[in-house]
Amino acid sequence: MLHHTLLLQATTTTTASTLGTANPISILMFFLFVAVTMYITYWAAKKTKTGSEFYAAGRSISGFQNGLALAGDYMSAASFLGIAGMVATKGYDGLIYSIGFLVGWPLIMFLIAEPLRNLGKYTFADVVAYRLRQRPIRIVSSIGSLLTISFYLIAQMVGAGGLIQTLFGLPYEVAVVVVGFVMTAYVLFGGMLATTWVQIIKAVLLLSGATVLVLLSLAKFGFSPANLFSSVTQQYGDAMLAPGGFISNPWDALSLGLALMLGTAGLPHILMRFYTVPDAKAARKSVFVATGFIGYFYLLTFLIGFAAMALVGKPTIEGIDKGGNMAALLLAEQTGGTAFLGFIAAVAFATILAVVAGLTLSGASSISHDLYVHVVKQGVSDEKGEIKVAKRATIALGILSILLGLVFKGQNVAFMVGLAFSIAASANFPALLMSIVWKKFTTQGAVWSILTGAVLSLVLIVLSPTIWVDILHNEEAIFPLKNPALVSMSSAFLVGIVVSLLQPEKSAALKFESEKLRTYLGVGAE
Amino acid sequence: MAQPQPNSAHEIIESPEFKKLVSKRWSVSLVLTLIMLAVYIGFLLVVAFSKESLAAKISPNLTWAIPIGLGIILFAWILTGIYVFWANNNYDEAVQELKNKVLNS
Repeated sequence: MLHHTLLLQATTTTTASTLGTANPISILMFFLFVAVTMYITYWAAKKTKTGSEFYAAGRSISGFQNGLALAGDYMSAASFLGIAGMVATKGYDGLIYSIGFLVGWPLIMFLIAEPLRNLGKYTFADVVAYRLRQRPIRIVSSIGSLLTISFYLIAQMVGAGGLIQTLFGLPYEVAVVVVGFVMTAYVLFGGMLATTWVQIIKAVLLLSGATVLVLLSLAKFGFSPANLFSSVTQQYGDAMLAPGGFISNPWDALSLGLALMLGTAGLPHILMRFYTVPDAKAARKSVFVATGFIGYFYLLTFLIGFAAMALVGKPTIEGIDKGGNMAALLLAEQTGGTAFLGFIAAVAFATILAVVAGLTLSGASSISHDLYVHVVKQGVSDEKGEIKVAKRATIALGILSILLGLVFKGQNVAFMVGLAFSIAASANFPALLMSIVWKKFTTQGAVWSILTGAVLSLVLIVLSPTIWVDILHNEEAIFPLKNPALVSMSSAFLVGIVVSLLQPEKSAALKFESEKLRTYLGVGAE
Repeated sequence: MAQPQPNSAHEIIESPEFKKLVSKRWSVSLVLTLIMLAVYIGFLLVVAFSKESLAAKISPNLTWAIPIGLGIILFAWILTGIYVFWANNNYDEAVQELKNKVLNS
């Protein structure tokens, strides 16, 4: 998968570019970013005492701020560099990916955001478990969450190591350790409040940096996109402006499309952000703001890709990195010189830090809130104990992410983001949606739905061309689709429905009626 | 926030206004969801089965694929805007009325 394909094969650079050498501006910019965000963490730490403050920033984030933070969580360095690179090397096909990543957002708005905000407290499992039996639901939900987060995290850490190595000339291991330490500090001391502001600053930096890059590039074409496209077609032919070989099998396209679209609505670190706002109305506004910024961001990456293709040239881009991941950076250097390259490189680094911090926080809350409080302590735990466990989980996840980053060095982990989206779409999303809308949904139905979605995603991706052929080098795949979501998600829904119907749970159906006041009116919402 | 009396809560849930509110909320959501799904899956199908139509040119340097692709992104955002507009202007008011009933009873 492209998203985060990234950077893995990034090689040392040619003489044409200063990429890979220590750039004083990017190092300065990066230290400035870390200094500012550490100060924010210090400020946030003083305001982070209670559980609601640690997990949900005391529900004090405004709709607009949360919209920016959601966009920050979602716009990874890999989607910035990866999609721009895909457009720069393959043309229009890159946009098809962007569209898939964007169209999940309206669905979050229409189906999930407000009921989630009203029913839940800190994690999406709060909603699934609301009227079902706590223990079994908490256990399987945290399996779904932690699997999604782990695969996403590995892809980010390995991408980060490679990227920073290429950008700053730092050794891979040093880069991974630095990222792990800084992001652990954000989450550990500043909780959700610090994580949110890191996301907001990063989103503003990334959006403004990419905007300047587009303006500098378009300036070379008299600010006319038509001239840009004309230069592209003159050099590389008309085919660049139309869909190419990316989608050849419609079932593949549909399966990947569903994973990207509905996986977005099952990403634990995204869902968790809806608890940071005061009410459902603010949750709604934040999706609107996030969708606008993310859409604008994909427009920018599309133009950046074509500008890189026209100005830097495909052979140069592919010469440095086969996947084209350095396209945006090469373009920055060409249009704005070394100083601007340094700025964009620092922004990319900041972006990785922010995304892994969000992932770690949501993993820690799944461990402390779902597993520790509701499984180990059977729902009775004091707040102090819960936060203590959350902080220990943060440290453990920080260490784990560094280790995973080191273990998977040089491995092809690009498929892991696709896998994370597939598990999110198959294990997390169906159970969450059915628990909100379907009266007859039962504990057993939820447990089997989540397990079916998770296990099928894992097994089928191993048997798919993505791993079976591309990584294990077998002749032919056992399962034909590159992404399993079409099968794994449909099965998760089907299993959830059949099991619920076979064995009704009277108490759950009764509670469905009374939870409606909270779902729709927000009465009693936290 | 005071917990509503079980009786009044039950009354609200059973009231026609509340039922209407819930069903209206889901019809709006469902219609918007289906529109989004149809547009996106329709686009994927055109990409899979009729690449030529997207490669057709509007002007020498512009194919249909570009405004359609970027148009879907814009359209998705507009749909979220429509929902926010509807919810802010219709849903929230009805919610407030019902909530007053719950809390005052």
